[in-house]
Amino acid sequence: MRVLAAMSGGVDSAVAAARALEAGHEVVGVHLALSRTPATERTGARGCCTIEDARDARRAADVLGIPFYVWDLAERFEQDVVEDFVAEYAAGRTPNPCVRCNERIKFSALLDRALALDFDAVCTGHYARVVDEPGGGRTLHRAVDPAKDQSYVLAVLTPERLRHALFPLGDTRKDEVRREAAARGLQVADKPDSHDICFIADGDTAGWLTARLGRRPGIVEDLTGRPVGDHEGAYAYTVGQRRGLRLGIPAADGRPRYVVEVRPVTNTVVVGPKEALAVREVSGEGLSWCADPLKAGAEAGVQVRAHGAEVPGRIDAVTASRLLIRLGEPLDGVAPGQTVVVYTGTQVRGAATISATGTGDAGQDGGGAGPSPGVCHEHP
Amino acid sequence: MLGPVLAAMTAELQRLGNPSSLHTSGRRVRRVVEESREQLAAAVGAGPSEVVFTAGGTEADNLAVKGLFWARSEADPRRRRVLASAVEHHAVRDSVEWLGARAGATLEWLEVDDVGRVRLDAVEAAIRRDPDDVAFVSVMWANNEVGTIQPVAELAELAHRYGIPVHSDAVQAFGQIPVDFAASGVDCLALSGHKIGGPLGVGALVARRGLGLTPVLHGGGQERGVRSGTLDAPAARGFALAAALAEGARGTQAPRLATLRDDAVAAVLGEVPDAVLRGDPDPAGRLPGNAHFTFPGCEGDSLLYLLDARGVECSTGSACQAGVPQPSHVLLAMGVGEEQARGALRFTFGHTSTTADVEALAEAIGPVVRRARRAWLATGARG
Repeated sequence: MRVLAAMSGGVDSAVAAARALEAGHEVVGVHLALSRTPATERTGARGCCTIEDARDARRAADVLGIPFYVWDLAERFEQDVVEDFVAEYAAGRTPNPCVRCNERIKFSALLDRALALDFDAVCTGHYARVVDEPGGGRTLHRAVDPAKDQSYVLAVLTPERLRHALFPLGDTRKDEVRREAAARGLQVADKPDSHDICFIADGDTAGWLTARLGRRPGIVEDLTGRPVGDHEGAYAYTVGQRRGLRLGIPAADGRPRYVVEVRPVTNTVVVGPKEALAVREVSGEGLSWCADPLKAGAEAGVQVRAHGAEVPGRIDAVTASRLLIRLGEPLDGVAPGQTVVVYTGTQVRGAATISATGTGDAGQDGGGAGPSPGVCHEHP
Repeated sequence: MLGPVLAAMTAELQRLGNPSSLHTSGRRVRRVVEESREQLAAAVGAGPSEVVFTAGGTEADNLAVKGLFWARSEADPRRRRVLASAVEHHAVRDSVEWLGARAGATLEWLEVDDVGRVRLDAVEAAIRRDPDDVAFVSVMWANNEVGTIQPVAELAELAHRYGIPVHSDAVQAFGQIPVDFAASGVDCLALSGHKIGGPLGVGALVARRGLGLTPVLHGGGQERGVRSGTLDAPAARGFALAAALAEGARGTQAPRLATLRDDAVAAVLGEVPDAVLRGDPDPAGRLPGNAHFTFPGCEGDSLLYLLDARGVECSTGSACQAGVPQPSHVLLAMGVGEEQARGALRFTFGHTSTTADVEALAEAIGPVVRRARRAWLATGARG
C-alpha cells in the first residue's frame, strides 16, 4: 500500500511510520502545520505544533529514509477545531478537541487529500486496533495497553474512513514503543508524552478562553439558588470541576463543592455536592457509527472521557442522529459537549456528542447536571 | 560541487594552517587565501581588497544591511530610512525588519511591477521625499524565486545622485548572468559559494573601498576589520575556483540553460494551458536557468510531492525550513493573489540539467496537476 504517515514529532507517530515501512508499505511522512503562528520551541506537555516538533518529525523521517513534507492545514484546524472549541465553551459545553481533530482534520481533510494524491491509507501513532473481519469489513478496538488506549478519540471514524486507517501501535505497550524507538535510532525515544490541548500553549484553558471571549463576570450559586461566589465568565467552567471556584461563602455542611451546571444564557455557574454530579442517563446528538449500529435495548459499555472508566449501560432509544443511554452505574462530572462512546467488548461501536444528562429518575430530580426529565421527551 | 573544486578543496584540507599566523604554514595558507581573494575579485569585477569572505550569502547580506545602517546613521542621525525592494531574499528582508524593530530604522518597501521588477520612478519618488534621511537602498541583482533581473546599475546611478549607497544581493545572479561590481556602481554585493558549484558555508561581501561598514562580528580584526574570525581557507579556495570556473563557462552554459528553460516553459504551458509563467516573460529579463509558474487550483506542496515521486525535483517558491509554508512575499508583492500564490512552483536548471529532465517534466506535469487539483478539491477550497 501507499501509506501517508502523519508525524507529529513525537515518539508514537515515528514508530508507527517505521512499522508501516517495515511492513512493506511505501511510506511518505507528513507533518501537519496546525498553527499559523507556531512557537519555536516545545514547552510544557504539548506534543505538536511547534517548529521544534516539525523538526523532530523531519529528523525521524530522515532516519527512516522516507520523503517528508509539511502540509499546512492551519486554516482548516482553526475553523473546524479551534473555533468549534470556543463556540462550544461559549455555549456552556465541554468539547473534546482531539475528537474533533480526528473527525475533521486527520481522518477528513488529511485523509481526503491523501486519497486524492493516490495514497491508500493514513497511518498515525494512535493506540487502537483495527481488526479485519472474516466476512470483510474492519472493526475498531481498544488498544492492548489500557493506559494508552485512544480508541475513544477515534470512535467518530465511519466504516469508510476506517478502511483507510492504519494504527500500527494498537498491540503494543508504550514502554515497548519507547524501547523500539531507541533501538531504531529515533531521537524522540525519550520525548515526554503530550497531555495538554495542543493549541493552548501554557495549558491555561480558562485564561485562553478569556482572551478569546472576553471577561464576563457573573454569579456562582448553589443548588438552592443562593449566590455563593462570582466568576469571570461561566464559559471557563466545566461540570465536575472543583478547583478554582473562588467561593466566598462556605457550604453549610463544609463539604467540597463542584460545578454541577453551567448556564450560558444567564451566565451562571451552579455548584453542589459530589452526589449532585451523579448521572445515570446520557443523551447524545450527532451520532455516528463506526460499526453496525446498535439497536434500542442493546447492552453496551459506555465511556464519556478520553481516559475515563467504561461503565455498563443500555441503549434506551436511538434515531438516525441521536441516542439515549441508561447507565448501569452512575458517572460523575459528565458535561454536555463531551463525547460519549459506546463499546461492545473491546469493539468501538459509535460515538455521539452529549447534549444532556440526567439522574434517570424522573420522579425525583435530585439536581443532576441537566434537565433530567426533559431529555426523555426528545427521543421517540 | 564541481570536480576541480572538490579536488582543490581536498588538497587544502590536507594541509591546514591558520592564515592569521606568522609561521611558515600560516604564511602558506595566507597565500592561498589571498590568491583566492584575487581570483574571486577578478571573477566579479572587483579589486582584491574589496572582497570580504563570510560564512555565506546570509552573513554577507547581514553585514551589508546592518553595517551600512549603523555606519550611515552614526555619521548622520537623520539617516534612518531604509529603502529595500519588496522582493528581497529573507537574508536582506529579515535583516531590514530587525533594524526596524530593534535599531530605530524606518522601513520602506519599494514596490515592484507585475513581473517583479523594481520601478525606478517609484525609487526616485521615495528618495526625493527626503534624500537626507535615507540610510541606504537595497535591491537584489536578480530574484531567487521568479528570476527577474533588476536594473541595478540604473538604481545605483540614481541613488548616487543623492549620495545614497546601494547594496545588492547577487547570490542568485552570480555565475548565471554578467555581474560586474565596478561597472554596476553598487557599493556592496553579496555572493554565495554553493550557488555556483562551490562549497556550502562560504560567501563574500564585495564592498567598495572606503565604504566604512560597521562590523557585525568582532574579534581578531580579520578581513579589513570588517569581519573578524579565522578564515576558512579551504572553503575560500573552493569558492574562488568555482567562481572562476562559473564565469569561464557562463558564455556556453547560460545559452544552454536558457534553451532548456524555454523548452520547459513551452512544455508546461502546452500541457497545462492555464498555468501562469511568473516573472519576466522576456527571456532576456530573467535568469537563464529559472522557470516559475503558478498552477491555479493546486497546492504547491501537492505538486512538489507528486513531481518528486516521478523523479522531478523542484521547489515551492523559495526553499524554507519554517513550520508553516507561507505564500511567497515575492508573488504577493507582484500582485498575485494569496490563493494563486499557494500553487507556485519553481524549476531551476543548472550544470547537471539535461534535455531528459525537461522531457521528464513535460511527461509528468499534466497528470500531476490534474491529480493535485483533485486533492485540492478534496481538502476543500478553504484549505
